[in-house]
Amino acid sequence: MTAHLKQDKPDTRNLLDKMRQGVIGKPLSRPDGPAKVSGTAPYTADHAVENCLEGVLVTATIVRGEVADIDAQSVLTMPGVVAVIDDERLTARAAQGGADEAPEQPARKVGYFGQPIALVVAESFEEARDAAKQLKVDYRADDLSDIPLDPVQTDPEPQDDGTRQGDLAHAMTSAAHSVDLTYRTEGHASAAMEPHAAIAEWDGKRLTVHASLQMLNHNIIELADALDVKEEDIRLISRYVGGGFGSKLGISEETVAACVAAMELGRPVRVVMSRQQVFQCIMRRSETKQRLRLAADGDGKLIGFGHEARVSNLPGEDFAEPVLQSSEFLYAAENRLLQLEVARIHRMTAGSVRAPGEAVGMPALEAAMDVLAEKAGIDPVELRLRNIPDKHPSEGLPFSSHKLAECLKQGAEAFGWDSGPRKPRQRREGEWWIGTGMASAARVHNIEEAKARVTLKADGTALVETDMTDIGTGTYSILGQIAGEMLGLPVEKVLVELGDTRLPRGSGSGGSWGAASVGSAVFVACNRLRERLAGKVGIAADDLVLKDGTAGNDLRLTDLLDGEDLCEEGHYEPGEIEDDYTAAGFGAFFAQVRVNRFTGETRVDRMLGAFGFGRVLNEKTARSQCLGGITWSIGAALTESLLFDPVDGHLVNCDLAEYHVPVHRDIPDVEVIMVEERDPAASPIQAKGIGELGMCGGAGAIANAIYDACGARLFEFPMTPDRVLSALPE
Amino acid sequence: MTQMTVNDRPVRFDMDPQTPLLWALRDAANLTGSKYGCGVGDCGACMVLVDGEALRSCLITLAEAEGRFITTIEGLSEDRSHPVQQAMVAEQAIQCGFCTPGIVMAAAALIQRNPDPSEADVREAVPNLCRCGVYPRLVRAIQRAGRVARRRERISAAPAPGIDMEDAARAVPALRADSAE
Ligand code: FES
Ligand code: FES
Repeated sequence: MTAHLKQDKPDTRNLLDKMRQGVIGKPLSRPDGPAKVSGTAPYTADHAVENCLEGVLVTATIVRGEVADIDAQSVLTMPGVVAVIDDERLTARAAQGGADEAPEQPARKVGYFGQPIALVVAESFEEARDAAKQLKVDYRADDLSDIPLDPVQTDPEPQDDGTRQGDLAHAMTSAAHSVDLTYRTEGHASAAMEPHAAIAEWDGKRLTVHASLQMLNHNIIELADALDVKEEDIRLISRYVGGGFGSKLGISEETVAACVAAMELGRPVRVVMSRQQVFQCIMRRSETKQRLRLAADGDGKLIGFGHEARVSNLPGEDFAEPVLQSSEFLYAAENRLLQLEVARIHRMTAGSVRAPGEAVGMPALEAAMDVLAEKAGIDPVELRLRNIPDKHPSEGLPFSSHKLAECLKQGAEAFGWDSGPRKPRQRREGEWWIGTGMASAARVHNIEEAKARVTLKADGTALVETDMTDIGTGTYSILGQIAGEMLGLPVEKVLVELGDTRLPRGSGSGGSWGAASVGSAVFVACNRLRERLAGKVGIAADDLVLKDGTAGNDLRLTDLLDGEDLCEEGHYEPGEIEDDYTAAGFGAFFAQVRVNRFTGETRVDRMLGAFGFGRVLNEKTARSQCLGGITWSIGAALTESLLFDPVDGHLVNCDLAEYHVPVHRDIPDVEVIMVEERDPAASPIQAKGIGELGMCGGAGAIANAIYDACGARLFEFPMTPDRVLSALPE
Repeated sequence: MTQMTVNDRPVRFDMDPQTPLLWALRDAANLTGSKYGCGVGDCGACMVLVDGEALRSCLITLAEAEGRFITTIEGLSEDRSHPVQQAMVAEQAIQCGFCTPGIVMAAAALIQRNPDPSEADVREAVPNLCRCGVYPRLVRAIQRAGRVARRRERISAAPAPGIDMEDAARAVPALRADSAE
């Protein structure tokens, strides 16, 4: 049976708090931990499939144009080579998150250097790779001088109407203090540790596909559309995903190629992207140019707020890095101007990388706030506190909950923030200047439709099933805890099955919405199960106390069930709550850095994040998400930057040696404070997302700490030693 | 044929001796716990013990591994009872888990030669990349593993798989998943 909830109103019942099992929110270890430490958790490429062929993608060596001819014969005589696949259905790009349609086809039309154009299939990986390298391809290539490659030299188009309110220019001239600053950030890669991979099997009618994906509920639609196969004839499986961070939101080229090859050849085909291909063929976070105009009155209250940004993407892509997302609501100011523009260029696809928008928009905003604080002579924490709006500044909607002030205060206190007058270069140890900085954090709360089935078994255990994924976030943990809490079962008695499209459609893991969305579906199912159990006992559901497999007093659940399984499918949909409230997670970052006065190198000594994101479902996995986000903040601040060749726009640093993700020695002991709250308008479990908040502003705190340490104001991220050196005052 | 000992068993690989050990382990021996993350020595996801030392198996050819004792994550302990495995679970130094086998091997080699490592020792001995960002927790976990190895502490965070299939399935969702297919 199905229990459906379309949430039009805040759920203030806080039912999870009224339960007695006491597992919700607890720092329980993840049930998938043992499999992961023993190497037995099967990731996509690990599945042993009999008679499996290996496919290697061939990528374009031109920027724009068309494949004129592929000389398959040139490799078909090589040992082990079985086929060259250049079918019309091969895809040129990965789908954007939630696209629900096939990405660009056919692959033969080339739009960026390094784009997949064909697949070589052989008996072994080595043979396939060798042949892929030898394959002769003729192109009809457009002249390089006709192809826009550089966002700086391309006229951007406005993404939408933007936000215009009052008169920003006037506010700037009449302000007591104002800043007008331009920032640049460079592109980022998700660089999930597991490369994209797929194994496809075709039995003549149905496809079974192991793939490394974040949102099976969308991916199956995209795959069906790309292949022209009915959804019912596809089964997608993704039980363990070695990180996603946005890069696995949409169906990607290797999955489609593996499926096409398996269907053409009648044998299973595995395609694993090389690390270089993952870098080039999936998604980049767009570089940005951002202009920030902040105007404040004598008390430091913002009267004008301008944030304009230029990002880039390929022609035909809807996605534009939503740089201004948090700027829309973070600080009050009557006169506002926010506008996003997109330059159409032929670099690889731009798409979602963890915290799309805020990851680069927030650091720039928060760096500008620091300059304003200095000009106005106000403590940076105090400046933020003075500018917290009581409703959405342009739309007028109330906030569902708002913990920015608490996060700022608790964070400052725990960090030992000195709110006295600030001046750079006050502390030095040997070659190192030491300083501190802070920033706010903000990230919109998203919530999606989701379904999950919960079966209360006659033996007193429960089974939770959904095609939702666990990309390292802790879905296995939290769904077990929600069901355990609602049904009065220890988590050991709840089995969670994920990542298989034969199960009810979840929300997918993306945009930090997974936990709240699919968690709500489990909650809805359990709520109905409780009503049915209460009916059996003959009491109202509100009076039913479930704990440790009993239904109050000496009544055992197994006796109550009397040999019968109870099953409910929970179906959650956000309703009017989405239109009636502005919902977001908030927080604050504090950082202490040291900057080398001779080399310009920056090291983060310590960092603290305080976050309010609704109910904490599992203290351990939530903290892990915060720590991971802060780690990314450090990468975005100091080292991460995609670099493109000016001649043909290809990605130059497409490996882990040249694209610098933070390493063990870059990350100090990081402290996380979770400011507990219940957000009844966020979801019926009062939870919001936390996967991305930890990197929405953190790089700004580091920028501000660098200035405090050594007096170098930087307007470019990442703040590499060369940039720090050239910004150092004499 | 290249001969070596893999997880205490004598093994001969009928493969090109220039094949990286990682691919021999994964494709020929079906030991898929060691991961491909980059293939060129950047990430550490492929780390195995070679004569007790943690090395990147993508950088070692079969020829170079000839005659050596190889231990992969699958051979580290029968029942995931190795102190590093226990401590990693207990300290939640695992997220997506893709880097985990390599990190466990690097840490196991460290604990073997220095069961009381300082923070600096740990950071030096475990250079593996983890995009999920478990780093701060790693130091704690590995030092704790050292204490367990020195018998200063006991943990049993990762229950050994029971004989009972249901019990094992609850501990390892994958077990059940695979048996269902
Ligand atoms: S796969 Fe060997 S170091 Fe990355
Ligand atoms: S846990 Fe995901 S990469 Fe380390």
